[in-house]
Amino acid sequence: MADGVLFEFLHMEMVSHVFKDQQSTNGEMNNKDRAVCTSVLEGMGFRVGQGLIERFTRDSPSFKDELDIMKFICKDFWTQVFRRQVDNLRTNHQGTYVLQDNKFVLLTQLSSGKQYLDDAPKYLAYSCGVIRGALSSLGLDSVVTAEVSLMPSCNFQVT
Amino acid sequence: MLMFCCCLLQNSELFTLTYGALVTQLCKDYENDEEVNKQLDKMGYNIGVRLIEDFLARSSVGRCQDFRETADVIAKVAFKMYLGITPSVTNWSPAGDEFSLILENNPLVDFVELPDNHSTLIYSNLLCGVLRGALEMVQMAVDVRFAQDTLRGDNVTEIRMKFIKRIEENLPAGDDQEERKMVFY
Repeated sequence: MADGVLFEFLHMEMVSHVFKDQQSTNGEMNNKDRAVCTSVLEGMGFRVGQGLIERFTRDSPSFKDELDIMKFICKDFWTQVFRRQVDNLRTNHQGTYVLQDNKFVLLTQLSSGKQYLDDAPKYLAYSCGVIRGALSSLGLDSVVTAEVSLMPSCNFQVT
Repeated sequence: MLMFCCCLLQNSELFTLTYGALVTQLCKDYENDEEVNKQLDKMGYNIGVRLIEDFLARSSVGRCQDFRETADVIAKVAFKMYLGITPSVTNWSPAGDEFSLILENNPLVDFVELPDNHSTLIYSNLLCGVLRGALEMVQMAVDVRFAQDTLRGDNVTEIRMKFIKRIEENLPAGDDQEERKMVFY
């Protein structure tokens, strides 16, 4: 069984590689380049999220409704993937959910200085993809975005 | 294909699947297997130079006296800690500077099959970089390569490690030679 720390190191290196790669072909990094990198990482996460659910829910009962699925994501899924449970789940009961994780595992390695806030989205793109992939395999099409205002806490928005 | 019968997600699946997604992406980005192998090695190296700190902090392993001890630590402590497997250490060279790690099963390749047009891809090459980078941080220059790979039809996965030389620590340039700091444990 692979140690969780290995995933963290691999993830960090993946982000670094994707961004460095894009930078070297284009010289400088502009918003479009950043968007390409984010989209590459998100796409990788998507396939992984699908794969994780395919293996997990083979023997589990199906879910009652959307909220049930979101609770599963916040508890069982989050625990196995991000090694803790979501701290807070909010919804407007109209298809939008906000998942708040106060100590997001992939942000804890980064310094919490303000200058790193700008970089934080780089480290969330893959996870957004994983969540979107998982939801997709559970029958929910969604858009997942993440927002950080105070490291290492972050909010994932699912619509 | 190994099928896990339990209902729980294993942490290793996240790592294994992520690694698979990475290799897939690299195959898309680079034109040939050789280039992908090189990238995997480079990324592994970058991970290794940082992973060593985590390893030393968590394993309380002291400084190794010789390469044989290093081999044992790698197989019995490091591989166990990070990948949950204990490869066997065999095929020592007469000079004692080269050995093999034999992995009966390689967690990185669960659920993986190499497509036909990637026959020279060294799928797990990240591992070579990790080992090389980690050992460099403890003053050892080594050469690491896959000698056998189950993904390419061999019975086992064999990693061959060769000691090249001891790396002298880079001492900061300074007039006062007594200012040398031992950045070591």
